[in-house]
Amino acid sequence: MSEVTSSMELGIDNFVSEVVDPNTGTVYPAPERMKQFLTEVLTADRAGVDSFGVGEHHHQYFLDSAPVVILAAAAAVTERIRLRSAVTVLSADDPVRLFEQFATLDLISGGRAEMVLGRGSFTEAFPLFGLNVADYDSLFEEKLGLILQLREDVHPYWKGRHRPPLTGQGVFPRPAQAKLPMWIGVGGTPSSFVRAGVLGLPLMVGIIGGDPRKFRPLLDLYRKTGIQAGHDPATLQVGIHCFGFLGDSDQQAADDFWPGYERTMATVGRQRGLPAPRRARYDAETGKHGAFFIGNPETVAQKILDLELALGGFTRFTLQMTNSMMAPDTMLRSIELLGTEVKPRVLKARAGS
Amino acid sequence: MTATEPMRLGIIGAGKLGMTVARLAIDAGIEVVISGSGDVDRLAWTVRLLAPGVRAATTAAVAESADVVVLALPFHRFHTLDRGLLDGRIVIDAMNYWEPVDGADRAPAGGDSSATVQQWFPKARVVKTLNQLGYHALKAAWVATERVAQGVAGDDPAARTTVMALLDRLGFDSVDAGPLAAGVNLVPGSPAFGAASDASTLSSLLRAGATGAGSTAAIWPDRSLS
Ligand SMILES: NC(=O)c1ccc[n+]([C@@H]2O[C@H](COP(=O)([O-])OP(=O)(O)OC[C@H]3O[C@@H](n4cnc5c(N)ncnc54)[C@H](OP(=O)(O)O)[C@@H]3O)[C@@H](O)[C@H]2O)c1
Repeated sequence: MSEVTSSMELGIDNFVSEVVDPNTGTVYPAPERMKQFLTEVLTADRAGVDSFGVGEHHHQYFLDSAPVVILAAAAAVTERIRLRSAVTVLSADDPVRLFEQFATLDLISGGRAEMVLGRGSFTEAFPLFGLNVADYDSLFEEKLGLILQLREDVHPYWKGRHRPPLTGQGVFPRPAQAKLPMWIGVGGTPSSFVRAGVLGLPLMVGIIGGDPRKFRPLLDLYRKTGIQAGHDPATLQVGIHCFGFLGDSDQQAADDFWPGYERTMATVGRQRGLPAPRRARYDAETGKHGAFFIGNPETVAQKILDLELALGGFTRFTLQMTNSMMAPDTMLRSIELLGTEVKPRVLKARAGS
Repeated sequence: MTATEPMRLGIIGAGKLGMTVARLAIDAGIEVVISGSGDVDRLAWTVRLLAPGVRAATTAAVAESADVVVLALPFHRFHTLDRGLLDGRIVIDAMNYWEPVDGADRAPAGGDSSATVQQWFPKARVVKTLNQLGYHALKAAWVATERVAQGVAGDDPAARTTVMALLDRLGFDSVDAGPLAAGVNLVPGSPAFGAASDASTLSSLLRAGATGAGSTAAIWPDRSLS
């Protein structure tokens, strides 16, 4: 599977989180931050970035608890870019409602909507919607089954534990695309890779640290499981998602991303057992075999190509650029560079090999 | 247990942590049985590809056959295990309570998650360790030239000694952190948590924790997929 003849898509998966103005130290007001985010998507569209995802959080430092509303606003101002959730916390939502919303988004955007479905590693939405954390796995399993059925079946019959049965009522509207793309979003838990392989669904892998080449065995597990389950290897697509940021030089990109990264990780990293935010560690992650794709376009393009080879191929690569302390212009420059400088380099190298 | 004595390690939870510990153990020549939440055949397929040599089994079989059992399932799930399951067993509690994942209603009293585990399994010989480092850092211990240390807390001295000998075979130094209640110095937010350091540095971090050097609160949970 190392032939690089398949397509390669470059995207961004950002959050609408609270951001501090690095010049004044104050938080951008929420309406302004939302505008900034829509400008991020617009800039990506114009720069030729292939896709844009928005996260979902139900938390005081985030503005993206209703991601489909945000995506709809983005759809109205963009033309080509594909729009997705990254990831939809399926366990805490109603699959019927979700399908209706994404089908609507697909119509608004003219067939540019996608879903990435995840178990979600945070359970902040559970108490909000009266769900029990103990049902975490069975909720995901059941709702995944239902939403996959809704994609094929306009008048579904369905029965489960966590939602009233469906008895053939229609679920409308139908999306513009014949088959609304649905990916599974996973971290490092092996059973999640197996589940995606068994279902033959494309797989989006979030890598938040360490040497990303270490994910090769898990990707092979996914591919082998999928093939054994009888799926066409061409449908067993892999996407990789990492922290990333672009600047005109390696140094500048690293320096622009560091302060907000440090601010965030100073508290979260330690709690999660991730290394404390030391600059040396960060520099190692931005280096040749680290998980952060931070640098100038040449460096990042080469790193993507190297990783593609090491992982046995992938068809999508997305960067999480959101940073808790950054000026909007710096962000927009990074987005622009991904579309105008990184993408042509990656496509050219792949076409030539 | 001596360094050469054969032993059988049981692991409950075949996720990021459980599979990493399984790989470390199998590479150290230790026999490993592991269980997950789902189908044993599916898990057997997974370990055949990811950790050849490890045996997949039911949780009951793991508890039955192992000398030492590692709890590597989410903290909000351990109470789904039968309370008598681990009677008399040496149990490594490698779990952490973390509110964004486990939910506020599962918060252990005084932040002492291992006390909650010990209460649930009254006849188990609970030792807290292997919880302090992310699985990436544990993997790094495979190739590291300088050994990283793990703090070890538990009420049963013999169990503690056995666990320290096991850690040694897995490639870690250990620091005796005292009784199980001192395990609070190893939990998220404590100075020792997440510190991939040598034994003497870890010892001073443990002392700093015991004297109450601050804990932290999340301001911006990073989204990680699972
Ligand atoms: N990840 C780390 O770096 C790390 C480091 C130190 C400590 N820890 C702690 O270790 C624990 C597990 O974390 P993780 O990251 O490994 O999570 P994870 O990747 O989600 O894995 C948890 C595993 O537990 C299994 N499981 C769930 N319920 C079970 C049950 N009733 N019986 C048997 N197995 C069950 C799941 O099985 P299925 O896959 O079949 O659903 C899953 O494989 C947490 O308490 C965490 O705080 C994690």
